[in-house]
Amino acid sequence: MSQRRVVVTGLGTVNPLGRTVDELWKNVVDGVNGVGVITQFDPTGFGARIAAEVKDWDAEAYIPRKDARRLDRNAQFFWVATQQALADAGIAYAEDDPAAERAGVVAGSGIGGIITMQETVDVLRQRGPDRVSPVAITKIISNMAGGVISIDFHLYGPNTTAVTACAASANAIGDAAEIIRRNDADVMVAGGTEAGICELAVASFTQAKALSTRNDDPASASRPFDLDRDGFVMGEGAAALILEERDHALARGATIHAEVLGYGMSADGYHITLPRPGGGGAARAMQHALEDASLDRSEIDYINAHGTSTQANDSTETFAIKTVFGDGAYSLPVSSTKSMTGHLLGGAGALEGVISILAIRDGIVPPTMNYATPDPDCDLDYVPNEAREAQVRYVMSNSFGFGGHNVSLVFGPG
Amino acid sequence: MDRAEIESKLVDLLVDELGLERDKITPEARFEEDLEVDSLGVVELLMALEDNFDVKIPDDEAEKITTVGEAVSVVEAKLS
Repeated sequence: MSQRRVVVTGLGTVNPLGRTVDELWKNVVDGVNGVGVITQFDPTGFGARIAAEVKDWDAEAYIPRKDARRLDRNAQFFWVATQQALADAGIAYAEDDPAAERAGVVAGSGIGGIITMQETVDVLRQRGPDRVSPVAITKIISNMAGGVISIDFHLYGPNTTAVTACAASANAIGDAAEIIRRNDADVMVAGGTEAGICELAVASFTQAKALSTRNDDPASASRPFDLDRDGFVMGEGAAALILEERDHALARGATIHAEVLGYGMSADGYHITLPRPGGGGAARAMQHALEDASLDRSEIDYINAHGTSTQANDSTETFAIKTVFGDGAYSLPVSSTKSMTGHLLGGAGALEGVISILAIRDGIVPPTMNYATPDPDCDLDYVPNEAREAQVRYVMSNSFGFGGHNVSLVFGPG
Repeated sequence: MDRAEIESKLVDLLVDELGLERDKITPEARFEEDLEVDSLGVVELLMALEDNFDVKIPDDEAEKITTVGEAVSVVEAKLS
């Protein structure tokens, strides 16, 4: 069987920079900041008091109350992103459509319904076990964002969820592509989501020294590759891509945004939070992605970095890029859009996949914002503070998760 | 609270908390067949009744509630 090719025919997102793909992209290109003081709870007394939030989120503007109330915030985000993506792709399955068996979902999330979990623990401790909601558990589990998609949009093909922390939705895209390649589906919703801006998560990440505490100046806190970076800023939101077998897309006259060319993975096998010094694991993932894409390293026009704004990641990722790309790294734009969107954790890979695809579509390389002081350990072209027009055919997108999960994706033109 | 008040408050509960459609809610309406309340939803409904009317509805009585009117009756009995 000749290799089945996987293209992207739909995009959707809800994130701190926009409730639509167009809004997101405009704000990314304009260098708009998505970070502010946390509003979802009172952050007084917390070490980190800032985040990139989806402000004034009203799920019922999109989802009937009866259904919205059974979804944790993370699942609501993914639902709306998926609805957009399917509409963008011009795909809809009736409940009894046999073709729906060839359409599935791979979602990704770091921790699923942690907000519901926190609320439920309060109910449990304050009022007792028999006051716990019968749908609490269904809202908490991390698979339900993807599971509900199959129910509400009638997708009866393979349906799984990747839970590899900050690499989750990058794994989701790669795994969904593989499902299509091995002929288990023709259409896959691939993406991820995170809604973790709650006391439990913010306190925990703060204690792990992972978060920026630049509370007095939230807009400048997410500053990947900058000398004075002090940790990541939590973000929330979701992104969904419709992946489709290429001939299937061409046959129905679909608009093809991009092609998924490469999926590379590795494990650092080093530490629960820190990347392996020297970035060997990240380098292997990038190398595998290039090989999977059958591309020479010189063909990559832009890297959307993991670029979390932690001391450890940004210097290690820089070293890894140099390992893979050699001297070519110095003429390769590398930027981190987390400088604007914050770190969407389990949703980051998918959001950055969407951004990477739009970079290809429009020939624009997004900026790394808040870049003020170079770090000798980070000496690449990070597209500081201003987007740039460029030839963008092939883009690499990196996502590395706590636990040492490394994923690199390569996208090409449609 | 008289029966009419209980019914009114119950209907508001069904709309606001369970997201049911107001014009489908009649005393004869059956939760599962007419209002599409699934088994989990019935549990949620009973818990909402207990919380909002400050009553306790044991399982054996709960099992007998199949319509809106029956729910009103159970609450009415517990409050009297």
